[in-house]
Amino acid sequence: MQRFDLEAQGLRALNAALHALNGQTNETAWEVVNPKGSHSIAVGLDAPIELTVHGSTGYYCAGMNKQATIRVKGSAGPGLAENMMSGAVIVDGNASQYAGATGRGGLLVIKGDASSRCGVSMKGINIVVHGNIGHMSAFMAQSGNLVVLGDAGDALGDSLYEARLFVRGAVKSLGADCVEKEMRPEHLELLADLLKQGEAEHLAKPEEFKRYGSARNLYNFNIDNASAY
Amino acid sequence: MSDFPHTPPRFSATFTPAVNAEIRRAAASGIYDIRGGGTKRHLPHFDDLLFLGASISRYPLEGYREKCATDVWLGTRHAKKPIHLDIPVTIAGMSFGALSGPAKEALGRGASEAGTSTTTGDGGMTEEERGHSKTLVYQYLPSRYGMNPDDLRRADAIEVVVGQGAKPGGGGMLLGQKISDRVAMMRNLPKGIDQRSACRHPDWTGPDDLEIKIGELREITDWEKPIYVKIGGARPYYDTALAIKAGADVVVLDGMQGGTAATQDVFIEHVGMPILACIPQAVQALQDMGMHRKVQLIVSGGIRSGADVAKAMALGADAVAIGTAALIALGDNDPALEEEYQKLGSTAGAYDDWHEGRDPAGITTQDPELYKRFDPVLGGRRLKNYLKVMTLEAQTIARACGKNHLHNLEPEDLCALTMEAAAMARIPLAGTDWYPGKGGGM
Ligand SMILES: Cc1cc2nc3c(=O)[nH]c(=O)nc-3n(C[C@H](O)[C@H](O)[C@H](O)COP(=O)(O)O)c2cc1C
Repeated sequence: MQRFDLEAQGLRALNAALHALNGQTNETAWEVVNPKGSHSIAVGLDAPIELTVHGSTGYYCAGMNKQATIRVKGSAGPGLAENMMSGAVIVDGNASQYAGATGRGGLLVIKGDASSRCGVSMKGINIVVHGNIGHMSAFMAQSGNLVVLGDAGDALGDSLYEARLFVRGAVKSLGADCVEKEMRPEHLELLADLLKQGEAEHLAKPEEFKRYGSARNLYNFNIDNASAY
Repeated sequence: MSDFPHTPPRFSATFTPAVNAEIRRAAASGIYDIRGGGTKRHLPHFDDLLFLGASISRYPLEGYREKCATDVWLGTRHAKKPIHLDIPVTIAGMSFGALSGPAKEALGRGASEAGTSTTTGDGGMTEEERGHSKTLVYQYLPSRYGMNPDDLRRADAIEVVVGQGAKPGGGGMLLGQKISDRVAMMRNLPKGIDQRSACRHPDWTGPDDLEIKIGELREITDWEKPIYVKIGGARPYYDTALAIKAGADVVVLDGMQGGTAATQDVFIEHVGMPILACIPQAVQALQDMGMHRKVQLIVSGGIRSGADVAKAMALGADAVAIGTAALIALGDNDPALEEEYQKLGSTAGAYDDWHEGRDPAGITTQDPELYKRFDPVLGGRRLKNYLKVMTLEAQTIARACGKNHLHNLEPEDLCALTMEAAAMARIPLAGTDWYPGKGGGM
């Protein structure tokens, strides 16, 4: 177990040490203490390490992560796991705006609530939120899955492309071109798997969710839809 | 019928035939006009400035014999690996998707042979471009299509795109015709749909966030890469100041003449400021913050010749970027293709339906039949020639002004031909020592 005191050793030293592992295949365990809301903790990792941050993080924790499993024993600031490629990021507390933004792969689990724009422009990532999500979540979401055990705020899935959204609670309103869709057996199967991966199988059953996706009416321009653009 | 003469038919200066034609087009189609290229209206521009040349008070340098250096360092403020270019004319960001793979390859070839950089674009990084560009700037755009840390690390610099001169405040657009399998895959979108990229970044807003975002990009790339911030010509004094405050190594400033792959005509023609008005404001911001020449300024928007390069640099820019001119050098809008432009309802020199993907020159298309026509080796050579000519032209002017480096060109070397240009560029009207606003505020 490698232990890193962020306050004493500094952010640059942390990320440099973690990048030195990039490309390696050995699993190692890391612990970061005293994060104190610092930005850009553990960004650009590319090795199958297990890293635990003891405390809350600032902006862009785990940004562009590849392979690593990063746990935050606290809450996370804006842009958590933005553009993640692979690996997993698990946050015990809440996450601020844009969690999982543009993520292209991997798994993001938020055990508390996520704020607005969760999963904005997501491109393949899987996101499981145990609590609620804020407004404009999954805006322009391209692909991947967003699973929400609680409620969703206004304008869910506005201008959505092919991402799948599963919400168990209430949806305050749907954004332009986002509609409720039929839940088919393959979706229940997918959901069961995502709940398991998201450490939530004991909290909810697939049958309790509704599925939302793109009506695909905005895919090619039509003047009669102008008010929706 | 009286015998008095009739009033002859008179056209309106407001409702011109072109205006009326656009009204009829909108009424028939129900869609605004989308096109490529830059502003087509007349604007105050570099043509409205002249160099004074040397005489008795300043002596010139000997053409071809006395040295006039052209190189430029970019990213010296924070980056561990700043970029060194032989010439101060760079190739602006143009997306794969808007341009064909072979066209991107040609840009890389030509720029590398001439000793300068190319820039990716909204579609992500292609092997054609990385493979052929010695120095490649990787754009970080709101859409984040294809964005990944590996490309970030194999880039030579990173350009955070906040705006573009053709459409400050606007997002991207790539119509379904150009979303081929490969473009769709790179962008992670279904084939054939109209793709609208966002106008704001998905995970930051405002200058304080930008600073944190730049910090993240530096951490991911271990502080090696220069980080540029590209802004459209909207409020260049404040935008430049905020970009510097946010930690930019380089500010890229694109005036309203700047080209685009596909944008609403109403946006291209009515939003933004001419580059001439933008440069002095940006330079002022750099000077006010003590950062002129420490944070480099690259300007673009309608740059065509070595004279334009020299004028931009005399106003205080460190380098320029070209988009449209580079495409023309590759063969875009060539009169040799007139017959085909006619078939598309256009004519050589006016063709701007780049978004339709039917470019007979094979440059702004994803149709293999069309892009096969374009030879990237020949295209690269033509671009190299053009870049070298521009550089020689700029050197010719600089030597005539007695400068042994293009960077030594200065506002005192210029005069303005019109009141508008004098006011915008803050350069005295020819024959006077005065420009409108001199001594006043901004
Ligand atoms: C075909 C084409 C595609 C472009 N794509 C992008 C892009 O993806 N990202 C960007 O920041 N600017 C893009 N631009 C704008 C250029 O980077 C640059 O700002 C502009 O072309 C400069 O003006 P000029 O064309 O008059 O030289 C594009 C321009 C053209 C002509």
